[in-house]
Amino acid sequence: MLTASGITAGYHPRRPVITDVDLTVESGATVGLAGPSGSGKSTLARVLSLLHKPFAGSVSIDGTVVGGFRYRAPRQYRTKIGVLFQQPRLSVDPRMTLRQVIAEPSRANGKPDRVDELSGLVALTPDLLARRAHEVSDGQLQRACLARALALRPAYLVCDEMTTMLDASTTAALVAVIRDYQSETGAGVLAISHDTVLLERWADRVEQMRTERMPTG
Amino acid sequence: MVGLTVDSLSVRFTLPDARVAAVSDVSFSLAPGECLALVGESGCGKSVLASALLGFLPGNAEVAGSAMLGPLDLLAASDQVLSQQVRGRQIGLVPQSPAAHLTPVRTARAQLDEALRHLHPAETRPSADEVAKRAGLQPADLDLYPHQLSGGMAQRVATALALAGDPWMIIADEPTTGLDRALVDALVAELRLLVADGRAVLLITHDLAAARRVADRIAVMYAGRLVEVGPAHEVLDSPRHPYARGLVDSLPDRAFTPIRGLPPVLTDLPPGCAFGPRCDRVTAECSDSPQLTVLNGHAVACHNPC
Repeated sequence: MLTASGITAGYHPRRPVITDVDLTVESGATVGLAGPSGSGKSTLARVLSLLHKPFAGSVSIDGTVVGGFRYRAPRQYRTKIGVLFQQPRLSVDPRMTLRQVIAEPSRANGKPDRVDELSGLVALTPDLLARRAHEVSDGQLQRACLARALALRPAYLVCDEMTTMLDASTTAALVAVIRDYQSETGAGVLAISHDTVLLERWADRVEQMRTERMPTG
Repeated sequence: MVGLTVDSLSVRFTLPDARVAAVSDVSFSLAPGECLALVGESGCGKSVLASALLGFLPGNAEVAGSAMLGPLDLLAASDQVLSQQVRGRQIGLVPQSPAAHLTPVRTARAQLDEALRHLHPAETRPSADEVAKRAGLQPADLDLYPHQLSGGMAQRVATALALAGDPWMIIADEPTTGLDRALVDALVAELRLLVADGRAVLLITHDLAAARRVADRIAVMYAGRLVEVGPAHEVLDSPRHPYARGLVDSLPDRAFTPIRGLPPVLTDLPPGCAFGPRCDRVTAECSDSPQLTVLNGHAVACHNPC
């Protein structure tokens, strides 16, 4: 279980974006998180993926409270959570080929490279793997980002508006890859989107982010 | 009456080691009071088509065909003619990611005033407030700097800038990207108001749900070609081209199944129908490129339509 409890977070202590928010993502479940722009969905996603330190509250993974955020997050927790961002272009190093992008988590953790297996999973062809980010479309780049997020076999996957830049077919394809991964590994998925039609189809249950406070799931 | 008629438009880019077939043989027309949505996945040539109409293509582009705006061929016109008669005055562009197109150090009002100064003589110049109102903005919103604008407000400022010269046609390039449902609804309503006002709107989008709510007609583009053009409800409810059907079937409120395979690279298109390698209705005929043929106002480029 990936749990956020009593999270107050933002970018200025006097003006938190989210106040006292609780959210739980169970293993094997897909939890949708909806809400208007500016309601703090992405901030909560960053806290849950240990990329942003909250002002108050805690994140726990499988019952253990995580002791640090960002570079202080212990590796065994950090690598349990995979993240997908809204804009694939802004989340890959433009100097890397797609092959390097997908290999990076394994390389950084001294694990064997799974690029061929992962690229097959997301249907990227070998000629695309040799290209850099500016030579592929948003959809192809997001496929590479999904392969990268799955490289360390995370127990939880946080998808922050990952379909915004994608056409309908690529959206359906990537959601299908995530569902397959989930049924194989029992991973928990947090699916953040303002597309309520998509969340109703994809998620087991949908939580609403309110500007004030969110009810517990 | 003025209108836009695009005939056999093709755009090729020459790169050191390749030739990109970005737009191939595209024909369509657009009349005032009509909204045409151009849908297709990213990288299929939609934005290149819009850039070609406004003369915004880079130097290595080769353009063929014609795009007649009344008596003027946009593809043959000089940059001077385009900038003095067309851009802003006849065709307004709402660019993709509008916040990135505003000058960060000046208020929205300063930028809108500048546009109005260039586009209208002093005697007949509308005030910035009037133009902003048409785009759904309050006068006070104009005094904000771009970083203070939310995505939806930046979108409206960009729309106001596009409307500054009172063009009869608006090209909106991916206006719904990154907007939440409520903002998309507001944008859809604003675009419909422009259409009701007698303007033509060319909506470029990958968002089929938004296209369904705004467009009178939908043109589906695949690998640089139009594969299906028809009334919006017909294209979405009973698509005839296998690609259009696949796109509709991948919507989350329909079957939610993706089209198998990946789109072809525009430097190396397969011979014949570009969708052939992904199509489940492919036959021997498909090695010959199908032409867009019209039947009862619904055009489809396929040898074996659904």
